Formats: sequence, C-alpha cells, structure tokens
Amino acid sequence: MLTVFAIFADGLVYAAYLFIVAIGLTLIFGVMKILNVAHGSFYTFGAYGAATAVGIYFDRGLPEAGGFLLMILFAMALGLALGLILERGVMRLVYGRDEVVMVLVTYAAFLILEDLVMLVWGPGSYATYQPLLAAGNIEIGELVLSNYDLGLILVAAVLAAASYRGLKFTRYGRLLTAVIFDRETAAAFGIDVKVVYTVTFAIGAMLGALGGAIMAPKISVTLGIGVEVIVLAFAVVAIGGMGSIEGALVGALIVGICRAAAVHLVPQVELFVIYGVMALVLMIRPYGLFVRAQPRKI
Amino acid sequence: MRRGSQIPVSLAFLAAAAAAFVLPDWMISLATIAFANGLVVLGLIVMWRAGLVSFGQALYYCVGAYTVALIARWSGLTDALALVLIGGLSAGVVSFVLGFLVARYREIFFAMLSLALSMILYGVLVKTESLGSTDGFSVVIPTFLGYAPHQEQLVLALYWLVLAVCAIAAALIHAYFHSLAGALAVPVRDNEIRLEFLGMSVSRLVHTKLVISGLLAGAGGALAALVVGHVDPNMSYWTTSGEFVFITVLAGAGSVGAAFVGSLVFESIRSLAFAIIPQLWQMLLGSVLLLTILFLPHGLGSLLGRLRRRLGAP
Repeated sequence: MLTVFAIFADGLVYAAYLFIVAIGLTLIFGVMKILNVAHGSFYTFGAYGAATAVGIYFDRGLPEAGGFLLMILFAMALGLALGLILERGVMRLVYGRDEVVMVLVTYAAFLILEDLVMLVWGPGSYATYQPLLAAGNIEIGELVLSNYDLGLILVAAVLAAASYRGLKFTRYGRLLTAVIFDRETAAAFGIDVKVVYTVTFAIGAMLGALGGAIMAPKISVTLGIGVEVIVLAFAVVAIGGMGSIEGALVGALIVGICRAAAVHLVPQVELFVIYGVMALVLMIRPYGLFVRAQPRKI
Repeated sequence: MRRGSQIPVSLAFLAAAAAAFVLPDWMISLATIAFANGLVVLGLIVMWRAGLVSFGQALYYCVGAYTVALIARWSGLTDALALVLIGGLSAGVVSFVLGFLVARYREIFFAMLSLALSMILYGVLVKTESLGSTDGFSVVIPTFLGYAPHQEQLVLALYWLVLAVCAIAAALIHAYFHSLAGALAVPVRDNEIRLEFLGMSVSRLVHTKLVISGLLAGAGGALAALVVGHVDPNMSYWTTSGEFVFITVLAGAGSVGAAFVGSLVFESIRSLAFAIIPQLWQMLLGSVLLLTILFLPHGLGSLLGRLRRRLGAP
C-alpha cells in the first residue's frame, strides 16, 4: 500500500515538473508551429539564473519568502530577454519556411546558447539546495514528502488553471485561439500576427526558464541539463498532442505516473519507459491524445 | 541532372584514395570517419528528398556499430568486409521492421517518433551492464581477407575500405535517384494524395527509403565502430542524430557527392574548433548551421551546382 502511495506521490511531483517544462513548448508549437529545441536552453538559463539569485540572496539572513520570489523573477526575466532576442533576432528571419527548417534553426540556437551558458557561468556546477531546506518536510502517515515538492504540484496546478482561463476568457487568449486555428484568416480579420508571435515566444521562453528555476534546487545545476529536458518535454507534448495544453497536462500525468511506477517496481526500465509510453501512444493515436483532426489538403 | 554526372564523383573517389599516399595520418583518420559518417548522411538525403527528416538516425548507426562489436566479440570473426556487411544488413532489418510503424508518419511526427525509438535503444544500452553500460566496450582490430595490418597500414586499409564502401553506395544511390522509385521522392514531398491517385503506393515508397537509409546508416556505424575501435551508447543519443541532420543541411539534398563533401567539411570544422577554441566549438557549429540555413538554403551542394553551371554555360 505504501508503494502505491509513493508511486502516486512521486508520479504527481514528476508530472508537475514535466507539465511546467512542457507547457511552454506546446504553447509555442500550437501558435507558431515551431518545435523549439532552444526550449532546453531557456530551461538551462532559468536554472542558472535561479542558482545565481539564490547564491546572492540566501546566507544573508533575509526573509526566506523573498528568496523564492527573487529566484523565480530573476529566472523569468532572463527567459523573457532571451526569448525576445531569439524571436526578434533569428526566428523572424525564417517564418514561412519548412517546419523542419525551423526546428534546425532552434537547434542551432540551442548549440550556441549551450556554450554561452559556459561563458557566463563557467564549467563548474552550482548547488542550490537552500530553498529546499528552507521549505522543510511534511509527514503523511509513513510517507515523508518535501514541502517544496508539494509547492511544485501547486505551481503546476495554478499554471494549468491560469492558461486554461487565459485562453478561454481573456481578450489575448481569444486572439491566440484564432491564430492557432487559422493564421491567415486571423490576419485577414486584423489580428497582428507578428505581435502575437513575439508575445507567445516570449511567454514560452519565460515558462521554460520558470521550469529551470523551479527545478534548480532539486538538481545540481551543471552544464548539459537542458539536453535531457528537451527530449523529455518532446515526449510529453507528443503524447498529449502537439500544441494542446490539456494534452500536455494529461501527457505529463501519464509519463509521471509511469516513470514513478517503473522506478519503484522495475528500476531497470526507468530510462526508457517514457519513450516506450510515447511510442505506444503514437502507435494508437498517431498525432497524440488531444489533437484536432487536420483536413486533407489536395 | 545529367546521367554523366557520376564521372566527377568517381574521379573524386579515386583522387581521395590516391591522396592517402601524401596526406599525414591525422588527416587520413579524419577523412575516414568523415566518409563513414557521410554514408549516414547519404541515407538522410534519400529521405530528405521525400520531405522526411529523421531525428533518430543514430538508432541505425548504433545498431550497425554494436552488431559489429558483438559479432566480433562472440564469434571471433574479424574480417572487416563480412563485419560491415552484417552490420549494415542488421540495421537494414531493424529499419524494415520499424518501418511498418514509422512509415505512417510525416513531418515533425516522423522526426519525433524516430527520436523516441533511438532514445529507447539508448536507454536499453545504458542499462545493460554486460555491454559496458555508458562506457561501452572496445572492438576487435579487423583483418582484411586474411591480411592483418598494424598501425599505419591498418589506418590506410580502413581508409580504403571506407572509401570503397562509400563509392559503391554512392553509385547505387545515384542509380536509385535516377530510377522511377527515386524520382518519385519529390512528388511524395509535394503531394502524396495526388501520387496515390496516380496508382502509386506512397507508404511502400517511404518504407523503401527508410530501409535504404537504415542500411546506409548501419554500414556507416559498422565502419565507424571499426575505425574508432570502440562503441558506446552515445552513438544512439539524440545529439548524434542531430549532428547527422546538421551535416545533411550543410550538404544539401542536391547530389550524392554532397553528402561526403558535407561530412568532410563538418569534421574539419569540428577538428579545427576543437584545436582553436575547445570551449566554444558548439557555438561555432551552431553559428555555421544558422548561417547555412539563412544564406545557403540548399546546402554546399548548391554551390557545386552553381559552379558547374557557370563553367558549363557558354
């Protein structure tokens, strides 16, 4: 019984992490049809930014709540700057080219940014455990959970609710939905698609950086953390259906629970259970679980 | 495309083979691995002409390499020709089986599914302690039809073996590009439904292309395993696939020779970057990729074509 609870708890925490990382990716794909490999760089920058902010703030005896806030704000500001530079400086030049070409452009950006991280922060790794310690633990029955992990689930839930509300009930969300459905018609009705693209890319970048910032205390912030995140987020998004936020949520839950089950029951398969699940889902639903049928164009 | 355009490619291969007598060892090693990887790129070009980009080609590369390493380890077979043949064929079989699944997908989904499959292999290899886990294991020193060279002779023998395999592959793929099935690649990319209406089976065409590129990637991996003398799971990691796609973009899908030229250029850039700015070689690669996409959308191959037209035009 304890194992079942542990699987559920671990799965939920992991799903929350996956959702936070994947939502930015699926948003950018949904609106702009760009599979953004540079998302891994946003994540990396977020994590390093958070590590820097934590290094500056903690150990000074200031109130801890401020540290959490600073960590997240600093990372998201970095993400915003990076997203704007990338969209305005590079992506703008290749709009309208093949989807695959745009993937390659973001791949190139990813390669460049990987080395930029090393230039800025050096090759060493950063320990950012202070927020994790500050949050403390909670015991539920025999299970010991970190409050930080519970906070992670809360953040994911808030993000899910906010993005749902934002897309359905705000003016910008409605405009975005129109662009997602049909870019040309939306443009014909007077929506400034260029602005929508810039804003979407910046938001996606901020979400990627947020994912990195939130994970920073749980991992050792070191070079190469973005590489794995990209394929993980891809898997989640592909399972759910690319460009669908509900899909990202369900995909994250499926992957999270499956991985937790694998870790507790058959640890040998932990590394590839995620891709196994992805291949299985795609065999049954080729374009993911939540995706609109595309009309065939002759 | 003229039928005679195979002559310059053959001449180039002969020149490359002869160059072994004057070039220093490190250059030969560099060229050997570049040509072996060029085979994989050639496979990607076969698919790219039909609008398909695989981000998981490292799967077949890795299958070819591990097959060679394992066969040599278990059976004691050391003959390079037999090993490369077996390595290529095994990857071909894997691509044939997986093709039933993968051939249904297009565009990004095709890329993603290939990626997932290669990552599954990576996970399996990392978790298999008996195959050395993340460290991999070393490959036997090959023999060539009973001839067992050492040191410099081995480097040369491998170089010529790789060149020979590449030349054969280049000739076959050239012939394929000019066959009906090869010529239908562009219609597959442009409009599948029309092609179906004309009575062609698109899924069979795509499946064939998958097997061809699987064979080529397997042979490339098999050769790379012999040349490097070591295999490890990173051969199946997505960044390896990314490198192959990178070279494909650099080369362009225009011709067979472009695959090898692109691969040579890529290896040279990488070695140069390692030597001059070891910390920043990824940045250099990324910049080259970006500049190629922005300013040379049809790759280095298009430069050759442009040059040929300028020379050939009255």
